[in-house]
Amino acid sequence: MDWTALALSLRLAAVTTVILLALSLPLAWWLATTRWRWRHVVDALVAMPMLLPPTVLGYYLLIALGPRSPIGALLIRLTGESLPFTFPGLVVGSVLYSLPFAVQPMRASFARVDRELLEAAWCLGASRARTFVRVVLPLSRAGVVAAAVLTFVHTLGEFGVVLMLGGNLPGRTRTVSVAIYDQVQSLDYAAANRTAGVLVALSFALLALTYHAQREGAFRWPTT
Amino acid sequence: MADDLIARVELRAAHGPRRSAELSLDAGAFPIAVLFGPSGAGKSTLLRCLAGLDRPSAGVVSWRGRPWFDATTWVPPQRRDVGFVAQHGALFPHLDVAANVAFGLDALSPSERSRRVDECVARFELGALRHRAPSTLSGGERQRVALARAIARRPSLLLLDEPFSALDHPARSALRADLRRWVRELSLPTLLVTHDPSEAMAIGDSLAVLDAGRVRQSGPVGEVFERPLDAATARILGVDTLVPAAVLRATEGGAVLLAGGRELAASAPVGITGEVRVCVRAEDVALLARDPGGGRNGAPGRVLRVDDEGAFTVVALDCGYPLLARMPRRVFRELGLGEGDAVFAAIDEGAAWVVAEG
Repeated sequence: MDWTALALSLRLAAVTTVILLALSLPLAWWLATTRWRWRHVVDALVAMPMLLPPTVLGYYLLIALGPRSPIGALLIRLTGESLPFTFPGLVVGSVLYSLPFAVQPMRASFARVDRELLEAAWCLGASRARTFVRVVLPLSRAGVVAAAVLTFVHTLGEFGVVLMLGGNLPGRTRTVSVAIYDQVQSLDYAAANRTAGVLVALSFALLALTYHAQREGAFRWPTT
Repeated sequence: MADDLIARVELRAAHGPRRSAELSLDAGAFPIAVLFGPSGAGKSTLLRCLAGLDRPSAGVVSWRGRPWFDATTWVPPQRRDVGFVAQHGALFPHLDVAANVAFGLDALSPSERSRRVDECVARFELGALRHRAPSTLSGGERQRVALARAIARRPSLLLLDEPFSALDHPARSALRADLRRWVRELSLPTLLVTHDPSEAMAIGDSLAVLDAGRVRQSGPVGEVFERPLDAATARILGVDTLVPAAVLRATEGGAVLLAGGRELAASAPVGITGEVRVCVRAEDVALLARDPGGGRNGAPGRVLRVDDEGAFTVVALDCGYPLLARMPRRVFRELGLGEGDAVFAAIDEGAAWVVAEG
């Protein structure tokens, strides 16, 4: 059992979830409310990582962040470090890879908030930001929790992007799914079995907890 | 007189027709001004532009000299200091009644806020509902809370968009009476939109009749209902019968007309001549078993159809022209009339009103 890899995966999932929540709240709200004619393009872009093979995403990120691309070169100049094969590089990849899992549940629950409630809040003097915090967020709790859980579990299980972008450096970029792959490659089925079992149990426990809380009425799971 | 409220707006949607509407009211129109008209007349458009919920593409919106919208001004709803209540109240479902009422009171200090909430709970009789969730309230209770929430801020203008139309009858009349009392106690200028004539009469001080974006007539409620300016306005106001007639001669405050081959007297504006219509409300027509003689105002006719409307009976007559009469059910039963029977329709001369054809 590769505990270092598991710890790294949990850390990656946690950091990715926090960043994605912060990023997706405004993005999902904008997508749910804008009447901009090209919003469908943004919608499609956000959904892309769901359909793209993870290796393709990982490959492009590796090229884009590498020292020979303008972006990569700029990052090296600014931070003195190259992102591929580092933990921050993995975070960038995971954020992009799990973006649709954060945005879409939030977007769906934001879209279900009755516009009349927003108008009532505005006429009662609440700014748009305050309306979002005091009306939209409390009524979208289910969607936000769903987004967080899905992002976390999805990041925990990612493989293709991690392998392409992060490689397999123990303690730095070797996640639990890469560890399983390694164990199978070296024909250590017993270890692979244990690690895979832990991952299955963890993901199941998280989802089961979420569903339980939903049934207890702590929040509603989005129905669409 | 200086206009208190001015709204002259034009809206252009990306898809769909261009809409425009205008309304101006002077101080005398309040405390409760009713904006009345058929659906699609532009009532809600005007109200939403006044609240700042819709932004016109051109026009002017101002209240008591403060411009809210013109070519260079846009004041968002947050800074207009209006109260807005729509048909279904839009209570925040995650907050209890007291928290809903307190929502708009952020500008007050915590102690002032709780005092204001207490005061509103007492004034709007919400004591028993204070800690209830909106989903557990009846329609009438919800609208009561919505009104309390809007009025709690003491807005400079209260805008109500058909606030009672989703309520059943007893809840509706109780809340109407309460609203009149609160608005008077706080001398709160209110603009209420409705398409229900009886609501307009029950609650309004003044009335503006809106049709296709234009005000056809405005003034004190009783005056507008009893003395419409023309036939089209009378139809919008729900006058039951518009009898085609010709003016024979003017009398004091009225005219004698020829209608259905027989003379008929009615109130009329000075100087009206030629082809006209006589507005007759069904409740101003009394049915008699036979012509009482003595020049009683009215016309002999025949019963065409009898319809029950709850406690009232509506009788369709042919008097040389179609005419409707409405009376309590019991009164009709005592007449012992049936379809096809001959009858005399007595028309109240003071209530019948002559308008120009059109």
